[in-house]
Amino acid sequence: MLRDEDRIYTNLYGFEGSDLKSARARGDWHGAKEIIQRGRDWIVSEVKDSGLRGRGGAGFSTGLKWSFMPKNVKGPVYLVVNGDEGEPGTCKDREILRHDPHKLVEGALYASVGIGATAAYIYVRGEFKREIQALERAVAEAYEAGLIGKNACGTDYSLDIYVHVGAGAYVCGEESALIESLEGKKGQPRSKPPFPAQVGLYSRPTTVNNVESIADVPAILRRGASWFSSIGRPKNHGSKIFCISGHVNTPCTVEESLGIPLRELIEKHAGGVRGGWDNLLAVIPGGSSTPMLPKDVCETVLMDYDGLSSVKSGLGSAGVIVMDKSTDLVRAIARLAKFYAHESCGQCTPCREGTPWMAKMMERIANGSARVEEIDMLLDVSKQIEGRTICALADAAAWPIQGLFRHFRPDVERRLMAARKTAA
Amino acid sequence: MSTPASVAGLQPESFAFTPENLATAEKIISRYPAERKASAVLPLLHLAQRQHDNWLPRVAMDYVADLLGMARIRVYEVATFYTMYNHKPVGKHLIEVCTTTPCWLRGSDEVLGACKRRLGIDVGETTADGKFTLVEVECAGACVNAPVVAIGEDYYEDLDGPAIVAVIDQLERGEIPTPGSQIGRRGACPATGPTTLTTKPGADDKAVSGGTDD
Repeated sequence: MLRDEDRIYTNLYGFEGSDLKSARARGDWHGAKEIIQRGRDWIVSEVKDSGLRGRGGAGFSTGLKWSFMPKNVKGPVYLVVNGDEGEPGTCKDREILRHDPHKLVEGALYASVGIGATAAYIYVRGEFKREIQALERAVAEAYEAGLIGKNACGTDYSLDIYVHVGAGAYVCGEESALIESLEGKKGQPRSKPPFPAQVGLYSRPTTVNNVESIADVPAILRRGASWFSSIGRPKNHGSKIFCISGHVNTPCTVEESLGIPLRELIEKHAGGVRGGWDNLLAVIPGGSSTPMLPKDVCETVLMDYDGLSSVKSGLGSAGVIVMDKSTDLVRAIARLAKFYAHESCGQCTPCREGTPWMAKMMERIANGSARVEEIDMLLDVSKQIEGRTICALADAAAWPIQGLFRHFRPDVERRLMAARKTAA
Repeated sequence: MSTPASVAGLQPESFAFTPENLATAEKIISRYPAERKASAVLPLLHLAQRQHDNWLPRVAMDYVADLLGMARIRVYEVATFYTMYNHKPVGKHLIEVCTTTPCWLRGSDEVLGACKRRLGIDVGETTADGKFTLVEVECAGACVNAPVVAIGEDYYEDLDGPAIVAVIDQLERGEIPTPGSQIGRRGACPATGPTTLTTKPGADDKAVSGGTDD
């Protein structure tokens, strides 16, 4: 278990203030001037060496991403922080925004030095109204104290940080859709290449990072890459905020070491599965788009990028959705299918047409009106949708359905046959 | 542009920001490069909606378009793409019930059912006195505090049927219900108390190396 002294988010539950004075008492902004003065290359190499991988879901090396940013460019360069949190099962950025916003503002400053940014935008989903107020207050306090703005922290580096409010569209969590949205358009993802590092916000070099990735940065720079990389497992370094929801005794958000066994995570922090471990049916381990795992896999699986990909699922955004034996798994996935159909931006035909189709098929299976052969048809369509669209929303819609049938197909078939018999 | 007849009758003749909101709008616009004013469209539509009883008539979209030098059609496109903009009048209190899987697993069906019975309306409808509109929303992003209902600027969390009815009762009486967890826990902390952060926060200061406070 992660030791308290190794935790980054020491105000995760808001037992203390989110204001600058309280944040400073927790160590935020300590030594900021020296960190900035160590310069761009040092910041990037330190974050690279720490092994930090993107906390939003893709899991790409944050430092490596920063190193793709062109140097010696004339004109604006942007950092965009992705706080459009909305992956079902995930509510980690919410806690950072409302209880530890100074970690995010400070991290945005260092990240901006690292990529040579001239301005930073923090994009937060519009529904998080109180969280936006907390973040805006932190930004105002940081300006007031001279920590950001002209000559940030008394250095010759200047940076403006702005909070931008979204308006309700899950797809804007995709980085190029988020950029489109920030430009005042519909949030429809862009084809890549070119990648944002070359052509991003306002066609300028841009890095988009998740809120948690950025808020991790000050601790890494203060305590050193080797401190961060000593936590977790090889290639899966550091701590991570996990959200444990569903059928557990005490649902909660908690910062833990990457690589913690799923069972330990649930039993230590979330009070165990409702009705005991043996009452567990399945877990969606990393937010709604990651395929579910049956109980026998949950016994031993480790919660990190490689641990979960080795069982054909993923860490995603670490939203752990626990389902006990009372759960109608088909209904649970049908509801997710409806979610993705609702959130498809409509740009790519396989997704626009395919996600509502899959939702309808899942509804047919849930209400027992489908024939057993329709399962193959549904899986075939899910394979046709996967990998044929501009962004990963369509994949995210296909995977939960594939995960359901990978592990529970015989159960669903029995259920459909029983429904047929009853109808006859 | 055709507007549904039922809504057309409610469409006001004109819209303009109050002087106070115009000043706020100008401040928002200044966050973006001068030639990139369109970036302010989402926040300005939010501002317009707040000024106009929480819904966006066509004249408000036109006003925002003109203010930002955008083609009106572009603003209509944006305003209809994002779910937070209401295109017809809503009740004084917009009750947004999250029913996505994590909330569903913890009883959002019961919460939604309790809302319908208490208000005597279905999803998408407004009470006759104009006080409440009930809608279903996709993931509110507060899953460990499920089930969740958003009302105004606040989230009401850890709900069940009686708890949401109590919240609605208070709103009905003109009171402001206490937002957040309705079972009295702190944020996303386990209800039985924290399993982490039990040593005093700030202890990690000692590990901080070098540097002075700015």
